[in-house]
Amino acid sequence: MVQSWRRARLDVTVASTRSMWSKNPATWLKVIHRFPSLASVSLQELSMVTVADQEEERRSSHLIYKMEVVSLPAVSRVAICGGTHGNEMTGVFLVKELQKRKRKEEGAEAPDILPVISNPRAVQRCQRYIETDLNRCFTTATLSVPVSDGTPYEIQRAQELNVFLGPKGSVKSVDLVCDLHNTTANMGLCLISYSECDWISLHICRHLQKEMPSVPVRYIHYDVPLSEAYSLESVGKHGFAMEVGPQPHGVVRADVWGTMTEGVRLVLDWIKRFNSGVQFDDKVMEIYTLVKTIDYPRDPETQMITATIHPQLQDHDFCLLHQGDPLFLTFSGNTEYYRGEEPLYPFFVNESAYYEKGIAFLLARKKKVNIPSVRVMTRESV
Amino acid sequence: MSCEVSLPEAKKVAIFGGTHGNEMSGVTLVNLWLKNRAEIRRSGVEVQPFITNPRAVEKCTRYIDIDLNRAFTPENLSKREAEDHPYEIKRALEINRIFGPKGSSDAYDVIFDLHNTTSNMGCTLILESSQDHLNLQMVHYIKQAVAPMTCSVLVNEHPFLQYSTSRSVAKHPIGLEVGPQPQGVLRSNIFQSMRLILRHALDFIELFNGGMEFPPCTVDVYQVTERVDYPRDTNGNITAMVHPNLQDCDWEPLNPGDPMFLTFDGRTVEYKGGNTVYPTFINEAAYYEKQQAFVITKRGTLIARQIKVSKM
Repeated sequence: MVQSWRRARLDVTVASTRSMWSKNPATWLKVIHRFPSLASVSLQELSMVTVADQEEERRSSHLIYKMEVVSLPAVSRVAICGGTHGNEMTGVFLVKELQKRKRKEEGAEAPDILPVISNPRAVQRCQRYIETDLNRCFTTATLSVPVSDGTPYEIQRAQELNVFLGPKGSVKSVDLVCDLHNTTANMGLCLISYSECDWISLHICRHLQKEMPSVPVRYIHYDVPLSEAYSLESVGKHGFAMEVGPQPHGVVRADVWGTMTEGVRLVLDWIKRFNSGVQFDDKVMEIYTLVKTIDYPRDPETQMITATIHPQLQDHDFCLLHQGDPLFLTFSGNTEYYRGEEPLYPFFVNESAYYEKGIAFLLARKKKVNIPSVRVMTRESV
Repeated sequence: MSCEVSLPEAKKVAIFGGTHGNEMSGVTLVNLWLKNRAEIRRSGVEVQPFITNPRAVEKCTRYIDIDLNRAFTPENLSKREAEDHPYEIKRALEINRIFGPKGSSDAYDVIFDLHNTTSNMGCTLILESSQDHLNLQMVHYIKQAVAPMTCSVLVNEHPFLQYSTSRSVAKHPIGLEVGPQPQGVLRSNIFQSMRLILRHALDFIELFNGGMEFPPCTVDVYQVTERVDYPRDTNGNITAMVHPNLQDCDWEPLNPGDPMFLTFDGRTVEYKGGNTVYPTFINEAAYYEKQQAFVITKRGTLIARQIKVSKM
C-alpha cells in the first residue's frame, strides 16, 4: 500500500489536475482553521512536478503529488450517545448495555468511553421528544439561551449535555461524539457529519466500509458551519451521528442491533488502533453532500399531504434519481416526477419524523474526497 | 348441518380511522373520504367515514391519555358523558352515542376499524366472534376477491386476551390490520392494499343488501390462544429482542425448540411449548408497553352458514 502520494502517477487531464492541485492547499488550510490548537500538520513539501512521458506524450501531462502524514492528537474520550430521540430504540438499548460494563478497557490506548442517554424523559415515554427536538438544540445560539422556568426541557438538556460533553468548540470537549440513531428509511448504516475534512471520522467510516462488507456504509456531509451545526455530535472535537435503518420507531430489531453494535465496536477498535500508533493510509473516498430537501405535495388549504412516496422510490435510498423518475403517487393515482436536471441521490426517504418538518426525502451529490494518511501525534511530532 | 341465516340489511356502515393516531393508512383514507365520498358510495348503504381519535391524530401519537381501542369496556360505557374523564373515555362515550349504543338494536350494523402494525402481518382481518356469519361470509368474499394477494383472518375470542375495541360498538365489528408499516409513515403499497380491501368489503355489503345469497363456505382462520412477553429483568426492563429467525415470520409455524428471542448479550431463548403454533403481531411497537412480544395462534377452520338478507 502506498504510504503517501509520493511518486504516484495520475493519468488525468491537465484541466482537472489543475483544479485538484488548487484544492489540496485549501483542504489543509481548512483543517488548521477548524482545529487551530489541535492539528499539527507536518507538511514537509507540497510540490508539483510535471513529467512528460515519451510514451504518452500525445496524451495529457502526468502530475505527481507529494502529501505527508497528518498527525492528530489521540482520541482519549469518546461519548456514545443513545436516546437523543427517545423512540430510536437500538441506541437506547446499546447505551444501557454499555452502562453495565466498566468504563475503560485495559490498556492506555483504549479510550475513556462515556455512555450517555441524551434525552431520558423522552426515552421513558418512548417518544421522539417531550417539547422540542433535542437534536436541533445544539447551535451556538441555542446553547447560550438564558434558562428560565419556561425554557423547553430539551433546550435545558442540551445545555446540560454541552457542559458535560463540551463546551462545544473548546479544548475541553470530548474528543469524539458518536450519536446513535435509527431511521424508518432504508439507509443501511450512515455516518452523518458536518465536516468533509474531519479525517478521524472519515477514516473511521472507511474502516467500517472495509470491515462490514455485507452492510452498505456511507458518509453524509451536511455543509453547515460549526456555530450553526444543530445536532449533538457537533459538541465533540470530532463527531458523527450513526444512523441505522430501516427500523420502525419504538421497535428494536435484532438485525439492526447487530449492525449498530458491530458499527460501534469497529469505531472503538479503530480508535484504539489509532491511539496505539497505527498509521492509516491515505484514501480516496466517496461521500454524499446534502444539496436540498423535498416536501410532499400538499393541499394548499389544509396543508395535508396529497400523495405517498412512489413505490419506485420507496426503499430506494441512494439509488440515483434522474430527471423524469417518479417521486410521488397522489391519492387520485397520478404520478409526480423529478424535474431537476442534475441527477442526485435521495436519502431519508419516508422518514416518519420528517413529515412534521416538511421533508419527504433529501437529495445529495456524490463526490470524492482525498483523505490523507493519519497517525496519532506523539511527543516528538509536536 | 348448515342452515340458512336470515339477516337484516346492513344499512348503517362506518369506517373508523385514527383509532390510533399514528397509524397513517386509516387516517389518510378516512380524511380522503370525508372530503369526497364517491369511492365509498354504494346503493342501499349509508357509509360514514369517521376519525375516532382526532387529538391523537393531530399529534400523530397512538393516544393522548389511554388506548382508545381498549376503552369500550362496559364499565367505561356506563359512565356519564358530562363528567371529567380521560380524553379517550370521553371519546368512547361520544362514539358509543353516535354509533351505538353497543349491544342495542340502534347500533351501526358494520364498523370497519382501520389499523396498521409494525409487524409483518400483511393484510389481516380481525374478528371478535366465530359465530358471526355475516362477517365470516364477508371475509371469505374479500379473500377471494383480493387473491392472489393473501389476506389472513385472525379471530380473538380469548376470554382474557380479547379487548374492548372501538368497533365493538357495532353489531358486526371488523378490524383491518395491514403491515408492516412504521408508525407515522404512509407507505404506498400498504395504503393501496387497505383501500382495495375496503372496496371489496363495501361491494359485498351492497350485494348482500341487494338480495344475493351467499352459500355455505369454510374460512381458514388463526385463533388467538396466548400472549408471549419479552424476557425481562427484575426491574421490568427488556433483556432480549425477537430472534432474527422469528422476526417478520408472522403466520409461519413456530415449532418447539425454534429460536424465539436473542438476548442483548447474544444468547438464544427457544420456544418451549409442546406444539407447533402460529405467531403473529411479532414485534409490534405499541405492544412493548402491553407486555407482548407476539401473540400465539392455532389454525382452525370455521364454517360460515348460508346468509340471505331479510327485508322487513
